[in-house]
Amino acid sequence: MPVQYYLFLSLALFCIGMMGAMMRRNAIIVFMCIELMLNAVNLLMVAFSKMYNDSAAQIFVFFIMVVAAAEVAVGLAIIVMMYRKVHSVDINILNRLKH
Amino acid sequence: MGVYEIIFWFLTVMALSCALGVILSRNPVNSVLFLIATFFAISGHYILLNAQFLAIVNIIVYAGAIMVLFLFVIMLMNLNADTEPQKNRLVQIAGAVSGGTLLLVILAALRTSTITTLDQTSTDIGLIKNLGKTLFTQFVLPFEISSVLFLSAMIGAVVIGRKETEKEA
Amino acid sequence: MTNLVWLVPLFPLVGFLINGIGWRKIPKTAGGVIGSLAILASFAVSLGIFFEVKNSGASTTVHLFNFIESGKLLIPFAFQVDALSSLFLLIITGIGFLIHVYSTSYMHEDEGMVKYFAYLNLFVFSMLLLVLGSNYLIMFIGWEGVGLCSYLLIGFWFKNRDYTNAAKKAFVMNRIGDLGFLVGMLLILFNYGTLSYNEFFGQLNGGQVQLSANMYNWIAICLFIGAMGKSAQIPLYTWLPDAMAGPTPVSALIHAATMVTAGIYMIARSHALYNLAPAALNLVAIIGLATAILAASIAIRQYDIKKVLAYSTVSQLGFMFLALGVGAYTTAVFHVMTHAFFKALLFLGSGSVIHAMGGEQDIRKMGGLNKHMKITGATFLIGCLAIAGIPGFAGFFSKDEILASVYAHSPVMYYLALGAALMTAFYMFRLYFLTFTGSFRGTEEQHHHLHESPAAITMPLIVLAIMSVIGGYLGLPAVISEHHTLNTYLGSVVSNFNVHHLEHNTEWMLMGLSTGLVIVMIIVARVATKTPNFVENTGLAKVLENKWYVDELYDAVIVRPLAALSDALDRFVEKLGIDGIVNGIGRLVRWSSDRVRLLQTGQVGFYIFVMVIGMALLFAIRFFGLNY
Repeated sequence: MPVQYYLFLSLALFCIGMMGAMMRRNAIIVFMCIELMLNAVNLLMVAFSKMYNDSAAQIFVFFIMVVAAAEVAVGLAIIVMMYRKVHSVDINILNRLKH
Repeated sequence: MGVYEIIFWFLTVMALSCALGVILSRNPVNSVLFLIATFFAISGHYILLNAQFLAIVNIIVYAGAIMVLFLFVIMLMNLNADTEPQKNRLVQIAGAVSGGTLLLVILAALRTSTITTLDQTSTDIGLIKNLGKTLFTQFVLPFEISSVLFLSAMIGAVVIGRKETEKEA
Repeated sequence: MTNLVWLVPLFPLVGFLINGIGWRKIPKTAGGVIGSLAILASFAVSLGIFFEVKNSGASTTVHLFNFIESGKLLIPFAFQVDALSSLFLLIITGIGFLIHVYSTSYMHEDEGMVKYFAYLNLFVFSMLLLVLGSNYLIMFIGWEGVGLCSYLLIGFWFKNRDYTNAAKKAFVMNRIGDLGFLVGMLLILFNYGTLSYNEFFGQLNGGQVQLSANMYNWIAICLFIGAMGKSAQIPLYTWLPDAMAGPTPVSALIHAATMVTAGIYMIARSHALYNLAPAALNLVAIIGLATAILAASIAIRQYDIKKVLAYSTVSQLGFMFLALGVGAYTTAVFHVMTHAFFKALLFLGSGSVIHAMGGEQDIRKMGGLNKHMKITGATFLIGCLAIAGIPGFAGFFSKDEILASVYAHSPVMYYLALGAALMTAFYMFRLYFLTFTGSFRGTEEQHHHLHESPAAITMPLIVLAIMSVIGGYLGLPAVISEHHTLNTYLGSVVSNFNVHHLEHNTEWMLMGLSTGLVIVMIIVARVATKTPNFVENTGLAKVLENKWYVDELYDAVIVRPLAALSDALDRFVEKLGIDGIVNGIGRLVRWSSDRVRLLQTGQVGFYIFVMVIGMALLFAIRFFGLNY
C-alpha cells in the first residue's frame, strides 16, 4: 500500500474539513470541521510513523489529541456563552472584530 | 486484491463520504453522527497501520468523550435543521471552490513524489508498552506540560461557562 | 603661583554654585559676603600671578585636560598665563571685587540679591575663562558665558517688559557678532588645524601655511565682527545703551569695565593675525573712529544719567578700536585699563546718585547734589576729569597716546578723533554740572531724602578715584619719560605694530592742543549749563536726542522686512507648503485606510476564506512558481 494513498486520503479529509469551515455558519459545525482537520493530520502522522517505523509520530498524535481536547473544552464553553448572550450560534453575528 | 486492500478502500470511502456528510447535512445532530462515523473509519486505518493503541484512544477520547460533549451542547441549545443558519449560495460556492483549489494544488504538488510502499508486516511500535516507554522517557517534559495545559483549559472552561451574577456585571 | 591659575576662575565658580543653588535659602548678607569673598580670593591669586609674570616675563600654558579630542583635532582645556592675560585678570578681579562690595549695599533692598550675586560670580568666572583660555574655543566659551550673564543681569528685573526686551536685544545682537567669531574660528581651524594661540601664531609667523592676503583679511574681519557685537561697535552698538536697564553695578562691571572690552582683548591677542591683514586693520580703525564720533554726538543730548555714560562707553570703546586699527595694540590695552577705572567710577558714582534720588535717572530733575553727597561728587569729578583728558589724570595719558598714534597714522583721522574727544569733554561736564552743581530741580520729597551713600558704596568710589588718577602713570608719554612701564610689561606678548614715533615737538604741540581745547569745552559746558532750560529740542539736537534714529532705521531696514518675510513664509511656505504636505500625507493615509478597512468585515468565515486562498497561492508559488 503506497504511502501516497494515505497522503491523498488525509489531504482530502483536511480539505473537506476546510470547505466545511468556510461554507457553514453554525459555530458548532465549524468547530467539528476543525476536529476533522486535526484528525486528518493525525492520520497522516500515523502513516508516516509506520513508514519510518518510529513511534515518536504517534506520541505527537497523543499531544494533538491533548490539545484538541483542551480546545474543545474551552471552545464549547465559549460557544455556550455566546449562545447565552445572543441566542444564536451564527458566527457571522460575532463580527465585532471589525470595530 | 487482498483483504488488506479491500479493508483499506472500504475505510477510505467510508471516511470521505462520512466527512462529506458532516459538512453537507443540515441537521447538526446528523453532522455529529457523521463525524463519529468518520472517526471510526480513521480508527480503522490506525489499526491497519499497526497503531492499535491510538485506534482505541481515538475511539474512546474522540468518538466517545469529545463527540458526546458536542452532542450535549447541541441538545442543550436545542439546535436542529430549522434553526440552522444558512449562508448565501455565493459564499458556499466560493468556499467549495477555494477549498477545492487548495486540494488540487497540493495534489498536483505531491503527484510526482516518489512512491514508498508501506509493508504490511505488523510491527509492535504501536503497542502500549513501547508507546509508554517513549512517552515517559523521551517526551516526559511535554507530557507534564500538557497536564498543565489541561488544567488551565479546565479552569478556563469553568470560568467562561459559568453564569454571570449581577454583582459581576 | 602660575600653576595655581586654575584657582582664579574656580573661586567665582564655587561662589556661583553656592549662591546659585541656595539662593532661596541663603540670607542676603551671607550671599553678598560669599560672592565678594570669592572674587577677593581670585584677586589675591591674580596678584600673585601678576607679579610672578612681571618678574619672569614668561608666557606659560597651563594644561588642565583635553577638552576635544577627535582624530587629528586636539583642543586642550588650557590656560594661557602671560603679561596680557594677567593684566586683564587684575582688572577683572580687582574692579570686580570693588563692584561686588558696592553691590552688597546697592542691592540690599532687592529680594533677588543672592541670585544677583550668583549671576555676578558666574559672569566673573566666564570673563576669566575668556581671558585665560589658551585657544579660541575656551575664549569662545567665556565669550558666550559673559553674553549669557549679560542677558541675565540686564533682564534682572524681569518683571519689567522693557527690561527683558533690552536683555533680548543685547543677546540677539551679541549672537550676530558671535556668528562672525564662530566663522572666523572655523576658518582658522580649517586652514591651520588648530585653535591654540601658540600654534596658530607660530604658524602665522613661521609661514608654514601660506594663505592669500584676502584670507587673512577675511579671518580678521570675521573675528572683528565678533568684537563688534561684544564691544558695541557700529553697526551692532545699539544694545549697549539699552543694556542700562540692568542694575547700575552691572552696568559698571559688565557694560563698562570688563565684558565690552573683550573685543579689544581678542584683537590684541590676535595681533599677529591683524598684522598680516592691513585691510581688516583699516576697517577696525574706521569703524572705531565712526563709533567714537557717533556715540559721542548722541551722548551730548541725552538726559538719562546712565544713557550718557553708556554712549560714553561706546565712544571710548571706539577710541580703543581706533588705537587697535592703527596698530597701537598696547595703547588700546592701556586705555582699556584706565577706562575700566574711570568708567567704573563714573557708573558707580551714578549708581550712588540714583540710589540717593530714589531711582530717578533723569538729570533734568537733579542738580546741586554736591552739597549733599560730597564724596560722590568729588569722585565723580575725578572721573570726569580723567575721561575728559585733563593732564595728570589717567585718561589723559591713554587718550593722548591714542591720539598721538592716530596722528602718526593719518592727520585727518586725528582731527576727527580729537573732535570726538572734545565732545567727550563737553558731555561729561554737562553731565557733571547738571547733576552736581546749580540748584536742585527734583521734588521736595526727593530733596529731603538726599543723603550720602554708606561706606560700602563710597569706599569703592574712593579706591577707583585713586586708581583713576595714578593708573595713567603706568604709561607716561614718550616726551616725558623714555620708560613706558606698560609697554615694557606687555612687550613679551604684544607690542605696537607699525606705529611711528612722533617728533617730540609735534607731540608737545598735540598735547597742548588737545588739553587747551578740552579746557575750552569744559568752560563751554559750564556756560551752557549755567541756566538750565530744557526746551523741546529742534533740528540737529532733536536728531541727537533720538540717537540719530538708528534704532528706527534698524527697525525699518532689518526688523520689519524680516518680520514681513517671516510672516510671508509662515503664511505661504509653512501653512500651505509644509503643513499641506504633512496634512496631505495624513489625509492620504486616512482616505486609503478608509477603503482598506472595508476588507475587515469582522466575519470569521471571510477570514478563513482569505487565509485558504493565501495558502493556495503560497503552495502554487512554492511548487509551480519560479525556481528560487
